[in-house]
This record gives sequence, structure tokens and C-alpha cells, in this order.
Amino acid sequence: MCAQPSPARQEASSQPPAGGRTVLDDRDIARALTRISHEILERNRGARDLVLLGIPTRGVPLAARIAERIAAVEGYDVPVGSLDVTMYRDDLRLKPARTLLPTEIPQGGIDGKVVVLVDDVLFSGRTIRAALDALNDVGRPSAVRLAVLVDRGHRELPIRADFVGKNLPTSLVERVKVSVAGPDSPDDADAVTIEDATS
Amino acid sequence: MKRHLLSAADLTREDAELVLTTAEEMRSLADRPIKKLPALRGRTVVNLFFEDSTRTRISFEAAAKRLSADVINFSAKGSSLSKGESLKDTALTLEAMGADAVVVRHGASGAPHRLAHSGWVRSSVVNAGDGTHEHPTQALLDAFTMWRHIGESKPGGLEGRRVAIVGDVLHSRVARSNALLLRTLGAEVTLVAPPTLLPVGVETWPVETSYDLDAVIPKADAVMMLRVQRERMNAAFFPTAREYSRRYGLDGRRMATLQDHTIVMHPGPMVRGMEITADVADSARSVIVEQVTNGVAVRMAVLYLLLGGSEPAVGGDE
Amino acid sequence: MKYLIKGAAVLGGTPSDLLLDDGVIAEVGRGLSAAGAEVVDADGLVALPGLVDLHTHLREPGREDAETVESGTAAAALGGFTAVHAMANTDPVADTAGVVEQVWRLGREAGHCDVYPVGAVTVGLAGERLAELGAMADSAARVRVFSDDGKCVSDAVLMRRALEYVKAFDGVVAQHAQEPRLTEHAQMNEGELSGRLGLAGWPAVAEEAIIARDCLLAAHVGSRLHVCHVSTAGSVEIVRWAKSKGWSVTAEVCPHHLLLTDDLAATYDPVYKVNPPLRSGTDVEALREGLADGTIDAVATDHAPHPHEDKDCEWAAAAFGMLGLETALSIVQETMVDAGLLDWAGVADRMSSTPARIGRVADHGTPLEAGQPANLVLHDPADRRVVDPTESASLSRNTPYAGRELPGRVVATFLRGRATVLDGKLQ
Repeated sequence: MCAQPSPARQEASSQPPAGGRTVLDDRDIARALTRISHEILERNRGARDLVLLGIPTRGVPLAARIAERIAAVEGYDVPVGSLDVTMYRDDLRLKPARTLLPTEIPQGGIDGKVVVLVDDVLFSGRTIRAALDALNDVGRPSAVRLAVLVDRGHRELPIRADFVGKNLPTSLVERVKVSVAGPDSPDDADAVTIEDATS
Repeated sequence: MKRHLLSAADLTREDAELVLTTAEEMRSLADRPIKKLPALRGRTVVNLFFEDSTRTRISFEAAAKRLSADVINFSAKGSSLSKGESLKDTALTLEAMGADAVVVRHGASGAPHRLAHSGWVRSSVVNAGDGTHEHPTQALLDAFTMWRHIGESKPGGLEGRRVAIVGDVLHSRVARSNALLLRTLGAEVTLVAPPTLLPVGVETWPVETSYDLDAVIPKADAVMMLRVQRERMNAAFFPTAREYSRRYGLDGRRMATLQDHTIVMHPGPMVRGMEITADVADSARSVIVEQVTNGVAVRMAVLYLLLGGSEPAVGGDE
Repeated sequence: MKYLIKGAAVLGGTPSDLLLDDGVIAEVGRGLSAAGAEVVDADGLVALPGLVDLHTHLREPGREDAETVESGTAAAALGGFTAVHAMANTDPVADTAGVVEQVWRLGREAGHCDVYPVGAVTVGLAGERLAELGAMADSAARVRVFSDDGKCVSDAVLMRRALEYVKAFDGVVAQHAQEPRLTEHAQMNEGELSGRLGLAGWPAVAEEAIIARDCLLAAHVGSRLHVCHVSTAGSVEIVRWAKSKGWSVTAEVCPHHLLLTDDLAATYDPVYKVNPPLRSGTDVEALREGLADGTIDAVATDHAPHPHEDKDCEWAAAAFGMLGLETALSIVQETMVDAGLLDWAGVADRMSSTPARIGRVADHGTPLEAGQPANLVLHDPADRRVVDPTESASLSRNTPYAGRELPGRVVATFLRGRATVLDGKLQ
């Protein structure tokens, strides 16, 4: 018996399903990330003291792309890392033990920095709650911001995103699938699709 | 569903590599300001030690505590165990205390197996060394150490790597677990010992054997020296400590015949001057101290994978 | 009490009637009738002479928590036995006339079967000096079998003297063949599995070396030797060789060694821990063959009761031994009769007449003929049962066959014309 793959991994490995309705294609995603990058820079008044932490799995390539755009604009390489929240999840005990995903804190740490958490979809808010707890054990940033590609609503905790690629009204029976080309998934096309989970 | 880690043979390659990748994450914790994770908060891990083994016990204790578990240490000395209480009654006591996992070290081979399969306890049982049978977490930490040094820290990294395990294989639970696990991970194991210290039936194990240390070590990627108790010579396993060291000890001269990347390992405690000389143990090739660090990470991984979810992530079905 | 047994297949042959009266078989024939006799319908049943066990541990005196003469002989009767030899490793050890007479008397009082105490060869089984063998032979218990069973008489000189000494009263030394140095801390058969399980190995050579030595000693001094519980193919070979020389060597095998193999140790369940240990499949085959061709003379149970706590523990801490009396005939049926290696006449020889002869037990193992003592067992070979340890008459529960389906069932046992077991129930 192998560890349960994390939910993120499960979805990442799938191509956009033929039956799904594409709501963002690769060009939409590129534009959204460019906009988010500019908003981050604007809000932060530049790239100084920024640290981008992607939440595995798909938050990680998204964070890397945002960093590329910031570098192109500012000529400055923002430190990028990853933050696994598995052991901080509130549903850890409800499912078989899950595989841990990499946590990589960039050199220089996060103390006194402005950390931007990057994730693909903001839904219940529980993942972000876990991420804030995880961050707490890593250091003390001066501020924490949240950037997501898609906000699909249905929050269960008082959490909101600072930077949103697209607000996507959904019903609870729908599933939002994000696929992003990244080092671990080079064959995935960039796309956000919605499918009806009941069908 | 299997809830226990009793033998290295319980682990498939997928399981073992999951433990190693998980251990890699656990190990990075050592570099963080707060060396603690919340995964096992509210869970109770009992260290049940019928034999003295300070290093294994503190390793498990550190691992459990870093995962926020409550730890109860139960050792044979100074407890009712020394008054003749049976394994069964001890187990029932622990069960009544609500242990989620029992880490057991016992002088009798198969005692953890009995603990797990006699209906005495419902908790997970982790074998921390039983008699001359097995010591699976030691094998995992040894494999993890090799994986980092000669296995590129990636799945499949030990495929085809050559490992020499040298010394008292007959009485070594470490050798048994290592032979099984390293084979599972694709490494080629050679056991090197005088014929008296190789188990009967070793020819059926998935390993090579040799009586000639000098012939084996130049080809090895890792050389693991096992502890050899001087008392063994009283039972005529070898004539004298001096002769043993000359034929099977790792000294500076032999170390010079190793390949540049080859590491030297020892599960401890070492008998310096017997199976290994001080200059070898303290050399740059020696990863003996790192093995201890890795032990905590690997045991964290095992405890997390057994207890972290609603059911264990490793081990086959029962 | 008179019993008229109707239609029993005597030694598995054509059905006959047997009339038991006044402790003897009064008549054997077809269509018998007798006024006032209780009729036992034996249609489909096999009649065998009452079984004789050369090797039983009744544990009394000393371990009455494990077994008593009363409970052990009840189990024996239920297994079809009319005589058992009670081993000497009690506490105190049966090494004096007083102890053997006590055991003998307890057997008489229980009345389930005849108890023949075995005398210890050496004082306290210590292997140092001879016990008073003559006194035990001359006692009311009339001891003829001497054994330090549980321990080996490993000292060659002592063994030689014992073999010589018992000639004076036609005794026999039953050797527990286990070279002590080769089996220090031994836990299971030495082989690939012992190496893998980390259980100290018990090499076949430790048994075979002693058997070979003892055969040579017995030949040298012209004595009878009996070898307890042979368990290896090599032992069978050595006994076969000794017999081919015309030496007076006999051997027994235990039912569990005819059926079970060492791979059961992989469960680490001490119910499979026994001395000598369960061996390999090759050994089992050689033992069956040896029993079939007469190299091995007898089946003996080595019935070894142990209280629950001595088995409900880790392997190394557990006691050696397993129950055997109530399952012996079924195991022999399964491994020998049903396997086509032995017919029922052969079973009668290996489990009754030959062990009676080795133990010099009069009135047991005699032919089922008119005028002979009415010691017999009725066995239903067509019945099958699942072994339930809680149903055992033994005070202990350490049967390795729990939950296993075995062929055959003892329906009735008669001791000198009196039913000790009828309809499978103790009388």
C-alpha cells in the first residue's frame, strides 16, 4: 500500500479533460500572471524583501513564473521556494497518511520579509490556514500576502486573497482543474477547466 | 491493513522509497528554527525497551517528539518487567494507557511479531530490534545514508550499487534487515565474514557472500562494518580478537584500497580496534555520525507514515 | 458388564462381532448374540487393540496446573489408548521407587488407562550418576523403560553403564537424542528459515550424532536401545543401518513430526515450539517412509501439556511441547493410512503391539482374538472433525491442530472389557 497522493498531485497529473469547459486557456493564464506580478510589485513598492512561496504542487511553478515576470520588470531575482502544508492540514487524521511534498525555504529565510504565498485555486481556505501555521514554524515575516490563479468562492474560513487571477463563480458540485506546465509536469498544457463532478 | 513495521521484508520498493523521500523532508527540519512538526499531536508513542539501547531509544524519542507525539519510555530496568511480568501483561498495560504505537526492543527474536499478532494490543508495533532477527529502522537509516551519498537522493538511486556488510552477520539483526532492504532497493549486497559467523542457509539469501575482505572492498560503493563482540571468541567463532581484526577489520591499509566515493558505515556501538580502527572511524569517508542524525529523520518518517493519517501508508496488507 | 460389538472391521478387515466378557474377548465371529450384553453398533468402525503410548508427560507430581494423571489418562482414553508410559521429568523427578509407585497408583485410581511410569536414568535427570534403576524395576510399578527424556544422557560412559545395567531386569533405555553443546539455546530446526527468523538453530546432526553413538554403544554391550522421537531423515537412515546389523535398536516417531513442518515457526507462535523441533518436508517424508517400512517401530505421542502462560509469550521464553494423545490416531490415519503407506493392521502394530513389546507391557497390544485381554479401540475412519482445544480432556490447550480438520474419530475404548470411552465420551 502506497501513500495516498496529495489531492493536488492527483489533479495535476491529468490533462485537461475533453469533457471539461475551459475557462482560462494558456494565454489567459499568462495575462493573469503578468497582472498579478505587477500588482505585487505595486503593492510592495518594488521587489525588495519579497519572498515567493509556492504551495505544492501547482503553486510552485506558478510562483516561479511570477518571479520570472518580476525579474523581467525589475531586473531583480526574487527568492522563490515552496511550502508543504501536509502536516498542518486539519483533515490529516481523516485520510491515509499522505506523501510529504518538498518545503524549500530560500537562503536568507523569511524573517522580516514579505512572503507571498502562491496557490492555484482558493476554495475553502483550509489549505491557506494550514500554510499560515506552517509558515509560523519557519520564521516571522513582516507580512504575508496571498496570490491565487483562481478564486472559486465557498470560503469556510475568514481568509481572502490579495491577488487573484480570475474570480470564478462555481457551484459546489463543480470541480475546478488547473494544469500548469512545470518542471514536474512538462507535458501539461496551461489551462483551467471546470467539470461537473456529479456527471 | 497492516499497521506494523516488523521486518524490512514488509516494505515494497515503493514503500521503502516513500520512507526515504519522506525522511528527506524530515531531515530538512534540522535546518529550521523550530524543529517540530504538528503531525502526531495527541498521539502516544511508547518506547518499550526490554534491552538496553540508549541510542536507539533516544533516536525514537527525538523522532516522536519532533512530530509532537507524547512519548512514554518503558524500560525493563526498574519496572515490573524485571519482576517477571510477561510481555503480554506489559502489552495489556500499554494498551490500557492508550498507546497509538509501541516501539519495541526485545532480546527474543519475534517478540514484536508476537506483540503485533497475538491480539494483545491494537496499536502499531515498530520493531526496534528483536534478538538476532531484524532491525528494520536501522536498515532504513543505513539505506537513507547511502541514498544521500551514493544514490543521488532519488528513487532508484541505489540500483546496482555495491554494498559490503562485514562482520558478525550470524548474530546481527542489522545485517538481516539491511540485506533484505538493500536488495529491495536494487543494491548488490555482499556479506563478508568468517564462515563461522555466516548464518546457515545464507546461500538462499538474495546476497553474495565472501570470506575475503580484501577481494570485496575495492569494488564496494559502501562498506558497512558490524560490531563484533569479543566474547564471541569464547564460543570459538574465531580464535582471537587479533586474528579477527587482521582478517576482517577495516584499517587504514584496507581503507586505501577503497574507491574515492566509497563511504564507511557502522551501526554502532563500535568496538574500536576490533572491527574498525580509530583512523578509519574518524576519517572523511566515515558517515557514522551522520547515520545517527539520519536515524532521527528516518524514524520520524516511519512514525509519520504509520500514524500520521487514518491508516498507515507503508507495509502490505495483513 | 458384557459388551457385544457388532460388525467391527477388526484391523480394517471384514466385519466381525466381538463379545467382551469378564475382562477378556470371549468370542469373535459373525452373528454373535449374548443375553444381557450391551450392544455396540460398530458398523463402519475399525477395531484395533488398545493403543499403547511409550511417551506421555502426565506432569504429576509437580505441575498439576498443566496436567494430572487423572486428566492426562482421560485424554489418553479419548484418544484410544489403554496404556501410557508416564515420563520421568516430573517434580520431584521419577528417579526413586517412591515416585514411580505414586504415579502408578494414581493411574490405577483414575482408571482411564493403565499407567506405566518411566524411571529416570540419572538422579534428578542431572546426567551425573545413575538413579536406582533396580529399585524402580522391582517396585509395584515394575518399571522397564528408563529415560531422562527432556534431557539427553550425553555422557557416553554413563549411557554405556545404563544400557548395561538395565539388562538385569530386561529394561530398556529410551534416549532423548540431543547433543547438548550443539543445541545450546536452540529454538527451531536449523536451516534457511532459522537463519532468516533469527532463531537459534537446532541442527539435525545434534540428534543424529547421539543416535549413531548410542547404536554403537548398544551393539558393543549387547543391550536394547530405544530412540525417542526421531525427527530427521538422517536419524531414520542411522536406525535403518543399525537394524541391518541385527542390533537391538528400536525407535519411535511423534505424530506431529509426521505432519507438521518447520515453516510454522515463521508465525513465531510457540504452539509450534517442540523438542525435537519440527523439521523440513524432506524429513517428514523420510519419517513416514521409515514408519511404513518398519525402520521406525512405533508411534509415540510425546504428549506435553503446558499451561497457557507458558505458551502465550514470546517464542524464546515459551516451553517446548505440544498435546498429542487425543489427536494421535487421526494424524496417523491422515499421514499413513489415507496416504496409502500403512494399513490398519500396520497401525495396530506401530501404535499398540510393538510399543507394548518395547515397554514389556503385558496384556496390551495383544491380538483381537478369543481369550485375549479385552483392550481395544473402535475408530471411525470416515468421520471428520475440527480440532477445538477447549474440548480437550487435558488441562492444557497447547494443541498445534486447533482449527484444523482431521480425519477419524475414536468412538469407544475398552480397558479389560470395561468401556472407558463410549460414543466418543469419557465413561
